[in-house]
Formats: sequence, C-alpha cells, structure tokens
Amino acid sequence: MRQISTDAIIEAVKKISIDASFDLGHDVVEAMENARRVEESPVGRGILDQVLDNARIARTEMAPMCQDTGFAVLFVQLGQEVQIVGGDLYDALNEGVRRGYKDGYLRKSIVADPLSRKNTGDNTPAVIHTDIVPGDKLKITIAPKGGGSENMSEVKMLKPSDGIQGVKDFVIDRVRRSGGNPCPPIIVGVGIGGTFEKCAYLAKKSLLREVGNRNPDKFYADLELELLEKINKLGIGPQGLGGTTTALDVHVEVFPCHIASLPVAVNTQCHAARHKEVIL
Amino acid sequence: MTQKKSIKTPLTDEAVMSLKVGDDILITGEIYTARDAAHKRMVELLDKGEKLPFDVKGQIIYFAGPTPTKPGQVIGSVGPTTSTRMNAYSPRLIEVGLKGMIGKGEMGPEVVAKIREKKAVYFAATGGAGALIAKAIIKNELIAYEELGAEAIRKLTVKDFPAIVALDCHGGNLYKEGMAKYEKK
Ligand code: SF4
Repeated sequence: MRQISTDAIIEAVKKISIDASFDLGHDVVEAMENARRVEESPVGRGILDQVLDNARIARTEMAPMCQDTGFAVLFVQLGQEVQIVGGDLYDALNEGVRRGYKDGYLRKSIVADPLSRKNTGDNTPAVIHTDIVPGDKLKITIAPKGGGSENMSEVKMLKPSDGIQGVKDFVIDRVRRSGGNPCPPIIVGVGIGGTFEKCAYLAKKSLLREVGNRNPDKFYADLELELLEKINKLGIGPQGLGGTTTALDVHVEVFPCHIASLPVAVNTQCHAARHKEVIL
Repeated sequence: MTQKKSIKTPLTDEAVMSLKVGDDILITGEIYTARDAAHKRMVELLDKGEKLPFDVKGQIIYFAGPTPTKPGQVIGSVGPTTSTRMNAYSPRLIEVGLKGMIGKGEMGPEVVAKIREKKAVYFAATGGAGALIAKAIIKNELIAYEELGAEAIRKLTVKDFPAIVALDCHGGNLYKEGMAKYEKK
C-alpha cells in the first residue's frame, strides 16, 4: 500500500481550486479564437473579443475569470493500492476547497439548505464523485460549476421508440430554450443511457473532455458533429444576442441501458469551462 | 465593428429614448449592484411603504455579486448574473423610477412591457467576463445588506462600463431579433 497524507490532499485541492478559477484551458481559448474568426454577427464578434480578453486578463492577473466561482465538483480516482493517512478523505477534500476559496478570494456560493438558504460561508460542501481504480495513485479533478449554466441542464426519460431522433430533438430544444442564460458560447454535455442518475453523471463527466476531441465511437462522433452544426444554426449566438456561435462543442457519452428505457441528460457548460487536475 | 456610444448616469427620459437595441454602450457614473436577495428586500420595503436603501430614480441596477475584493483592489471579478430571476421584482422598481438594468439573458414579458411603458432600458453585459468588467469600476462602496455577502447592495462608480442595449423602450428585443437574423433553416 502506498500512503498519501490528508495534508498533501488538502494542499493539492486548495491549489487546483484557485488555479481553475483563473487559468482557462487552451482548448477552450483556441475554440473561441476560431469562433471569433467565423462569427457572422458584429455584436457576437465584439462579445467573443471581450471573452477572450477576459481570459487573458484572468490568467495574467490570476483573477477569477468569472465572479461565479461555482460549486466545487470533484472527480476523485482513488487507486486501490492507496492508503489515506491522517484523517478522512472527504474531510480533506472539503478542507482543500474551504482553504482555496478563502485564500483565493473566490466567491462563496453554497447555501446549507436548499429551502432555508443560508450561505455556508466557505463554499463547502463540495460535490464529490469517487471511482476506485487500479494502481497506487490518487487523481483529483476539480470542475467548478456556475449556477447560470447548471440551471439550463435537464434529464429526460425518453421511450426507446423515440430513438435517435428523440435524442436530437431533446438536446436541440434544451439549448434553444436556454437562450442567452448560460452565457454562450457553451459546451453541451450529453449523457445517453444508463439510469436516471447515471446519464446525468455521464453528461457532466463528458464536460471534462477537451474541446475538439471526439467520442471514440464513429457513430457518436458523427452525432456530436451533427448536433454541433444544428445548434449553431439556431442563431442564439454569443450571450444570446444573435449569431452563429452558440456552442463550441458537443460531447456525447453513452452507457448500456434497460430494455424499457432511454434516459438522456444535457449538462450545459458556459464558456467559463474551468477544470484542473492533480495526481498524487 | 459598431460605433460605441457613451452615456452618463443618472439616465433621463431623453437619454433612454435615444437608445436602440444593438447599440454598443459605455456607461459612466454610478450604478448599484443587487441580486435576488436584495431585490426581494427592496420590494418588501415598497410593500410596507418604506424608503429604499438608495433612491432608484434615474438609476441603473446591475444584477451582480462580485468575488471578494483582494487587498489593494477596487473590487473582485464582477460579471452579470442571470436576469430572469429578477422578473418578479424589476417591474416594481421601474414603477418607482428605476431607469436601467444590466444583466445577462433575456427578461420576461412583464419587464419588457414595463420598460416600454415607463421608458426604461435593459443592457446586456458579457456573462463570464468578470475580470474584464472589473477594470471599468473605479470605486466600490457597500451601501446596504452587508450580511448578504456577495448579494449586498454596492454603489459602483464606473468609467466606460461595456454593455449592449438588449431591450429598448421602443419595443426592440435583441434576443428575438438577433436570433431571427442568424437562424439558419
Ligand atoms: S454561466 Fe458560467 S460564465 Fe456565466 S456567470 Fe455563470 S459561471 Fe460565469
């Protein structure tokens, strides 16, 4: 067994919480630069210029690119030959988030109870997804998720007879109804199959994939490109003010499902598509 | 690129009437931040016939809640939040003289109608451009509801704050017009 201390975990999570807030991935920046070149609307081009400028300012000044520094969503891959020493793994992950959001001057956006709505004051708890994997490493990915785009997400239990057309219609309609709310240009995460909660998880997880990378299955890779083209024909455009850049990419992930079901989930990601990972 | 137009707050009827959807605007003067929680309190005050924490006549409210200010900075990152959450409150404030709102995303028909009736305007700021927008803010003063944290009301002195006219008092709606213009069958 390889030992990893909770102190090391706290430090690592603190660092990726802060880094994610200001250091947007090159894949997203490049996709926006490409979109800027082909955007037909002058208003849309102006917005893409602002968003690109913003990403540059955020990186050079280490300032949060967006004031909504999000719900801290953590994907943890725990090697089965790892032993955590010094305390509880989940406590350490939350402590890392707490310190990152405090020391990084990030916004605290979490309320302790969904109905009485008092702020927890430290942006915890994090949402933590854990997978046990072979090996002796611990990989932690943070994907801070803003409320504006998360609110434009949805799960639908289609009938198997709805088939691929049903899936396409649902995804496109979801994007159309979202308009400018999720801060387009967006990245559309789609989960198909599994159960009710599994397809939502797939949709979220697909957002970790780099923009421009396709599903390895040609059928789903083609579906991604077809959906992307159709979404960009909707006219929503940057910030919903009209234009030809609504989405930068569509990522589809699939899983086997029950003979009676066809669950589909859309997880909408704004252009502040922040994620950072660390391997201990 | 479209020509940029400068406006100063507070806004007069004439200034509002000169604005048309799609106009690229630079706002200079004072604006006030408020999100859902502060709006709810302000409307409750109006219901009770009490005074608001600031006089909204001619003013602009910015739907935003910044990140905490780092030492030596004027303000943290401060882009707009989703405006639909203010649909229930904005018409009441426009009724008592509010002239402008800045946010992201379309607002509801009740706001659109009130904007026409009372000569007000809704500006779109770029969502997710919080670090860039912070550059336009030269002074930041907390004026009410400190206990709401990021949701407190702040008076911001701004210089050349970038925004686009998205809903004007002549019935113009850039969300609908823009989408129709670029939609491809
Ligand atoms: S949707 Fe994204 S970019 Fe827009 S305000 Fe929320 S976190 Fe920021």
